[in-house]
Parts: sequence; structure tokens; C-alpha cells
Amino acid sequence: MADVKNYTINFGPQHPAAHGVLRLVLELDGEVIVRADPHIGLLHRGTEKLAETRTWLQTLPYLDRLDYTSMLPSEHAYCLAVERLLGVAVPIRAQYIRVMIDEMSRILNHLLSIGTHALDIGAMTMVLYTFREREDIFDVLEALTGIRMHGAYYRPGGVYRDLPDQMPKYKENKFKNAQTVKELNEARSGSLLDFLEDFTKRFPVYLSEYHTLLTDNRIWKQRTVGIGVISPERALNMGFSGPMLRGSGIEWDLRKKQPYEVYDRMDFDIPVGVNGDTYDRYLVRMEEMFQSNRIIQQCIDWLRKNPGPVITDDHKVAPPSREKMKGSMEELIHHFKLFSEGMHVPAGEAYAAIEHPKGEMGVWAVSDGANKPYRIKLHTAGIPHLAGVDELVRGHMLADATAIIGTIDLVLGDVDR
Amino acid sequence: MSAKLDRLVRQLKESFGDRIGEPVLALGEVTVAIPAENYLEAMRRLHDDPALRFEQLMDLSGIDYSEYTGYQGKRFAAVSQLLSITHNWRLRVKVFAPDDDFPVVASVTEIWNSGNWYEREAFDLFGIHFEGHVDLRRILTDYGFVGHPFRKDFPISGYVEMRYDPEQKRVIYQPVTIEPREVTPRIVREASYGKGDGRG
Repeated sequence: MADVKNYTINFGPQHPAAHGVLRLVLELDGEVIVRADPHIGLLHRGTEKLAETRTWLQTLPYLDRLDYTSMLPSEHAYCLAVERLLGVAVPIRAQYIRVMIDEMSRILNHLLSIGTHALDIGAMTMVLYTFREREDIFDVLEALTGIRMHGAYYRPGGVYRDLPDQMPKYKENKFKNAQTVKELNEARSGSLLDFLEDFTKRFPVYLSEYHTLLTDNRIWKQRTVGIGVISPERALNMGFSGPMLRGSGIEWDLRKKQPYEVYDRMDFDIPVGVNGDTYDRYLVRMEEMFQSNRIIQQCIDWLRKNPGPVITDDHKVAPPSREKMKGSMEELIHHFKLFSEGMHVPAGEAYAAIEHPKGEMGVWAVSDGANKPYRIKLHTAGIPHLAGVDELVRGHMLADATAIIGTIDLVLGDVDR
Repeated sequence: MSAKLDRLVRQLKESFGDRIGEPVLALGEVTVAIPAENYLEAMRRLHDDPALRFEQLMDLSGIDYSEYTGYQGKRFAAVSQLLSITHNWRLRVKVFAPDDDFPVVASVTEIWNSGNWYEREAFDLFGIHFEGHVDLRRILTDYGFVGHPFRKDFPISGYVEMRYDPEQKRVIYQPVTIEPREVTPRIVREASYGKGDGRG
């Protein structure tokens, strides 16, 4: 009998299905994976160390760069931690805006996740549709924050500014004639909330399109049902959270269990899976998008009726308005101190966690009373999920590795920090 | 929420007595410091005891306290954030490494498998060794990296930089050529600063 040895291959670091720069060393017995050893850190930027040399406010935009498929919720966790240390109250309108944006980001994230997951395992069409809808959300973010992706919009004590009254419009050019531009601008004729409301009305239709494409698709089911099964006990022990935990049947969602902001006023359901396989996690994500859509509608409703401030009036934390600053010496000093020296956060430590689209995103902030963080530890959901890949892929075929990397919704910016 | 956390504090005192430090309830979070010699046993109890039942180790990270304002004590600590799904409460556990020059604490990977990568990260970034960890390799830094970058005495710009050398036709490491620069200095103000007594 011939001597058969295991074969070791490198999956990545430059592999389109690795969702970034992941190097996965796979030990194969024939086509069956015996062991997977993920090598991470190729995108390590030292965000936590950088934060120690920046003021509390200068640290904020780095948080966007962690998970670059759902940007603003990471800022949210950071703001919650800083607010808890400072003890400032956030105006109610800002809380609604935050919830609305978090849910938009959840849709944004899951659209990318499902679209690319389907692309990775052979359903090319999905990504074309999901990116069409992502474009609408990017338009909202652009109108709101000025930037499509890395918004830097949340602030300790509220959000940077109120919702804009109008949306940017398309102009006629050599590619778009007057008729096309008119059709495109129809939804953009009103305020940002009008545009978003129009989107939330269209979105359930899109969702049912995705269901038609994938949910009963025989090939999709063959690639996902029974792949990467994880029991609830193991999922807990390995520190899984978010859809990875709910896919295994544990009803755990921080929005319900440890509500922050105004989630306790929202009416929504938590979907859970039964078998804990890739297909169940796909269904959980699909349903979460539908529930997010419901939350956005409730937020829009409330935001229309209730104008008000969107950032705290404590000028040791948030700057005064430009108008006040020009007219009052004290406000000018506040403004100057805030943007040169920065705010001082009282000594102490806080761990704030939110239900990020990928799972629990926690920020452990330690302050010694200075204008810069003493230590920031970012817990992102991706780390335990990727650490669990070894257990998930063992005994599966090589081709299933792609399906499993897709299902853990991997973003390396989030894992490597 | 507060009543529940009071219950957690009481339960901790009841279960452990003086084998752990005094639980502190601040800002709606409970923190407890555990002496290194009781650490592993206490963590196992925190996981197994039905009255406490911390099923999840959400995070474990190192911290270097050497430059903390007004701090006297051990330099390195491993800090875990525990979460109980059953009781819906959280606990932060601190364990200080007894030796500053060679920090060692016990590994909790056996109890919570999620500890594996967190401990590798704390080892990589802070040089804290976890006794009983079977696979304590570097995780985030480059292959062949020297030093522990998140220690406070490690400069933000590092010691070496990498570039392509056209003469040797390969990538080489060389000492850093950039100067660290601090635009806003780090300041800790006295307690009464900015309170406005009319003289400033």
C-alpha cells in the first residue's frame, strides 16, 4: 500500500473568497479538511495603541475602520462606553437617530454578507441585487454624514448633526437623459426621511426576491444545509454571538436582553435557527433584515413628529453651536478647549456592548482622568467566530471551507483591528 | 438592573468569601480582582456554579498599568469580561500577574475555549504568559516580530520599518526613520479644574 501523507495548502492571504487578507493554512486528507489554522494580523493597524495617543474625540473615526461593511455601529459602542464614564445623557432624538442608523447598517451588512456568501459558493446573481439596495443606504449615509462609508457621525453625547431636509439629486449628463434623471430623482424630492421611508416600503419586495432566488434553490441548499453545524453549548463556549449564536437556537440579542438607547420602545422579533447550520444562519440574517426594516419604520415615524436637540448641551463634552460661539466669550473658550486639549473623561473603566450586525461589539475603555484614553480594548464579534473556524470546517470538504467562511460573516478589518 | 447586580455581588461574596477581592459595583458594572493563586479555581467555579453560571467569556485582554496616574501596584493584568446568558449579567474579572518582569497567569482556555485567541493576543501584545495554554503563539504581529507592542514603554512608531530594497531585490527591515510626534500632550487636570471659582 502506498504511503499517503496529508497535504497542506494555503488559503489566502490573497484569495477572493477569504473576505480580505486571511491566511488559512489547511491540512487536507484527500479533499477532507483535517485541520485549519487561520493566520490573522495581516491587517493589524494597532487601533487600540493609536487610541492611547489620540484624544477621546480623535479616536472616534478609527472605530469606523474596524468593520468596514457596517461602519457606524462600532462608533456607537465606543460612544456608549465614553458616555457611561462621563455620565452624560443623550437627547432622545439622538437615540432614535442612532437606532435608525444601526438598523440601516444591519441591512447594509447582511446584504453584503449574503450577497458575497452566495457569490462565493456559486450564485453569482445575488451580489448584483444586494449591491443595488446597498447603494440606496449609502446614499442615505452620504446625505447624512457627508461620506458614503466612514461617517464619523456619532459623538459622545449625541450625534454630529440633525437629519438633512433634502437629498442630493442626479443631474442630466451624457449617460442619463432627462427622463431617466426625473425617474431617479422622484424618491429624492423630499427629505432624507422621505427617501428612507420610500426605501423601507420597497425593501420587503426586494427581500422576497432574494428568497425566490435562494431560499428554495436546490444548489444553495446543497451547499449550505448541514454545513458548519454548531451545537448551542459549543457556540456559547466558543464565545459566539449575534446570528452565529441565534442560528444555533439560543434566543440572545442585546437589543432585547440588555436594551440600550430606545430599543425597549421598539416592536421587533428575534429570529432563531434550529439546526445551527449555514442555512439556518442564512435564514436568521434574512429575517433580521426584515425586522430591521420594521425598526427603521418606527424610528422614521417618531423622528417626523418629535424635533429636538441631537447632542448634549454639556459644552465640556460637545461643542456649542457656531452661532453661540461667535457671540459669547465663554462658549468660545469651550470650543477652543474642546478641540485643542479635548474632553477629560473621569477616571474609571466601562465596558459597553451593542448588538452589532455581526454579534456583540464591546468597547472596554479605561481612563485615568486624562484627555486621552489610557487603554481601549475593542471586542469585535469576528474574533471568536474566526477562532471557531477550525472546529467548524473539520471533516468537511475543501469546497465547504468557502461556505463556512461566508457564513461567519468575516471582515478582517474587524478581526485584526 | 441595580437590584440584580447587588444580588450578583452578594452571590460572589457568598460563593467565594475572601478567596477573591472585594467586588466593586461602579457605573452599573461589577468588577472583581482575583489573586493569581486562586484564579483558575475561581474561574472554573464562575463557569460551573448554577448560581453564577457565566457561560461566555466575551473578552480577555491584557493591560499595562505602569503609567496609570497615581497607580502603585503590579504592572500587568489580564482582564476578562464574562457574560451569563442564564442570569443576564456581566462580570469583569481582573487578575494581576505577580511578577512584573515575567508576567504569568493561569490559562482559562480549558474552561472557555474562546479564551484561546484572546490569550494569544494578550501574550503577543503584552507579553503575559498563560500557564496551561497549549498553543501560545503570536497572533496579530508579523512573523518574527520582536517585543510586545502594547506595553507602555514600546513607542507608537515601533523600532523597525519595512521597505523594498532595489539593490538586494527583496524586502528588508531597517531601523525606523520617522520621529514620534505628539500634537496634543497627555494631561491629567486637578479635580477642581474648570469648576469656575470666579478667579480664572
